Amino acid sequence: MYRYDAIDKEFLADRSAEFRGQVVRRLAGELNEEQFKPLRLRNGLYLQLHAYMLRIAIPYGAVNPTQLRKLAWISRTYDKGYGHFTTRTNLQLHWIKLADAPDILEHLAQVDMHALQTSGNCIRNVSADPYAGATAEEIDDPRVWAEAIRQWSSLHPEFSWLPRKFKIAVTASPKDRTAAKTHDIGLHLKRARDGSLGFEVMVGGGLGRMPYIAPTVRQFLPAPRLLSYLEAILRVYNRHGRRDNIHKARIKVLVAALGRDEFASQVEAEWEKSGTASDLPDTELARIRGAFAPKVFETLPTVSEALEAARAKTPAFARFARNNLKPHKVAGYTIVEVSLKAIGATPGDASAEQMEVVADLAERYGQDDIRVTHEQNLVLPHVKLDDAPAVWAALNAAGLATPNMNLVSDIIACPGLDYCALANARAISVAQNIAQKFADPDLAEKVGELKVKISGCINACGHHHVGHIGILGVDKKGEEFYQLTLGGSGAEDAAVGTALGPALPYNRVAEAVDTLVETYLRERHDGERFLDTFRRTGVAPFKEAVYADVH
Amino acid sequence: MPTFIRLHDRVFSLAEDPFTAVGDEDTIPPGDVIISLTRFQAEGEGLLSEGHSVGVRLESHEDVEALAYDLPQIAVVALAFPKFGDGRAYTSARLLRERLGYKGEVRAVGDVLREQAGFMVRCGFDAFEPADGSTVEVWEAAAHRFRHAYQRSDDGRPAAYAERGE
Repeated sequence: MYRYDAIDKEFLADRSAEFRGQVVRRLAGELNEEQFKPLRLRNGLYLQLHAYMLRIAIPYGAVNPTQLRKLAWISRTYDKGYGHFTTRTNLQLHWIKLADAPDILEHLAQVDMHALQTSGNCIRNVSADPYAGATAEEIDDPRVWAEAIRQWSSLHPEFSWLPRKFKIAVTASPKDRTAAKTHDIGLHLKRARDGSLGFEVMVGGGLGRMPYIAPTVRQFLPAPRLLSYLEAILRVYNRHGRRDNIHKARIKVLVAALGRDEFASQVEAEWEKSGTASDLPDTELARIRGAFAPKVFETLPTVSEALEAARAKTPAFARFARNNLKPHKVAGYTIVEVSLKAIGATPGDASAEQMEVVADLAERYGQDDIRVTHEQNLVLPHVKLDDAPAVWAALNAAGLATPNMNLVSDIIACPGLDYCALANARAISVAQNIAQKFADPDLAEKVGELKVKISGCINACGHHHVGHIGILGVDKKGEEFYQLTLGGSGAEDAAVGTALGPALPYNRVAEAVDTLVETYLRERHDGERFLDTFRRTGVAPFKEAVYADVH
Repeated sequence: MPTFIRLHDRVFSLAEDPFTAVGDEDTIPPGDVIISLTRFQAEGEGLLSEGHSVGVRLESHEDVEALAYDLPQIAVVALAFPKFGDGRAYTSARLLRERLGYKGEVRAVGDVLREQAGFMVRCGFDAFEPADGSTVEVWEAAAHRFRHAYQRSDDGRPAAYAERGE
């Protein structure tokens, strides 16, 4: 994992001091709320329904035990003893006092953390594959490039006041766990025939009011030229992105208006003119790469007797192993998915105690490495198969071993009307109702991979457009209604979902999901996921089933 | 005479402003003037030949390339910030310095707050008209708030990767 050097640390200390001064000016009335707002947003501080919310950055979702313990301590000391992991792999604390914010940032800086650029019209926290460094599928370690982007994007002199927020994801595997194509820029590491490393560059994806799947603007960008190419994209956007209408200001609108080819040719022209000045020197890339040098792994047998014995003896562990243990690149190791989707709980929430359990496990069994996923779960990327039963037991005792990875109850939901000033409808309790419907783990496993994503308003923080089943909360004359979409995906087979039919009232949503699942089970061919069946049959059988009683 | 903050040889100071900002409908006064791009395109040559020192104010949506061939004669390019969150002028400043080789004054005008000082300096601005009442001391402190920067920039400071390489 990347360790901050003196330069990184001094940078954070300076940022923390700057923000303290701004809060003093605000509390003294020297800054009014309008002037203060963009300043606090750049430090992750939102004003929500009940209180200030602080969004803490977890760059490319990587966190170590010391940091996670500090997050637990902060949530206990300054908040209500829990935090919410987001789809941008950040951690949100929802009950913060403005006067405490500078102290919190200082505590974070002590463990090389911050809330820099977690909001505002700037380059946001960069995300990367949570299995980086652990999966055999990857072409290269995406964290190397994500860290380079983290540094480059921090207080960028030219690109810190963009038309709108800007999100970048880096993935290096055929299986996309970052939702790269829904990002402003998605970077997919590839190798050319000559073995050289590069990126497929996708630009202009995004959800919100107008969902777009990012088109590819360059099939292969030589890896060392990454930063100059990003600057060319950002420069075209900074100059020509719309600033007259906040809803049309994302780069996706510019790309769609110009067309992919015209946008790409403007970027290429800009890139040719600017040359290599902004590219990182090889020495710096090598320094960063060194920080992600492969861990030392023991030579172990492929099959673990301890694990097999536990699997035979404990059905609950066997189920966990089937759903939450993923293949590791090294024999005898596994990637452990820690579920923050307990049935009936708030998706993505973790208590301070749970954070500490995960920190302890990472220290004891997991090479000090923890990841946050965009699907709002945690990952212990390097656990010995032999240790998996002990890890499971500890997770299970802490309510973190729900065996539901990628299953129907592994739901993404935004905070919704329970916290958010923008929301039209609740999202968390809809997720809870659906999870309850499928609380029977046998049923959930029988249904198989099914991604349900719920947003409490059109801003789509819950990524409903790319849910296999997407659920969008809308307000109809003061009542909560929900529009369902089917067939979306945020993965390598990205697509925007198709509307099912008229919006449903709150109390019919979980039942409708149940009906959709029954329809799928009836229609599916062998080996088909919900998404595959939907793509084969189209919306008709699903629509008919859900609206049958209305006809 | 009105004043502005000037950056020269890495030193910030308060300077008297010899330029008068002149609107498109106003009569040209004697002395040095800053006029709009439209007016410059119509009257620039005449004003220069009459001995005025001429600056041009570019709005944030105007392309800096429009001035490319006239830059050697232009004393000041004033880049407007209609709102402090409108970041187009940072790109304009960089293009002036890096691509068009402009050596004259690049001035920040409009909604100019101390929070932008560091970004402005690093993009090549060297003159500032703060709208938040910042004194030279406040502006300088804001501009030097960060001891390090991760990117290359136009203020001569080494980027973090260069510092690390030393």
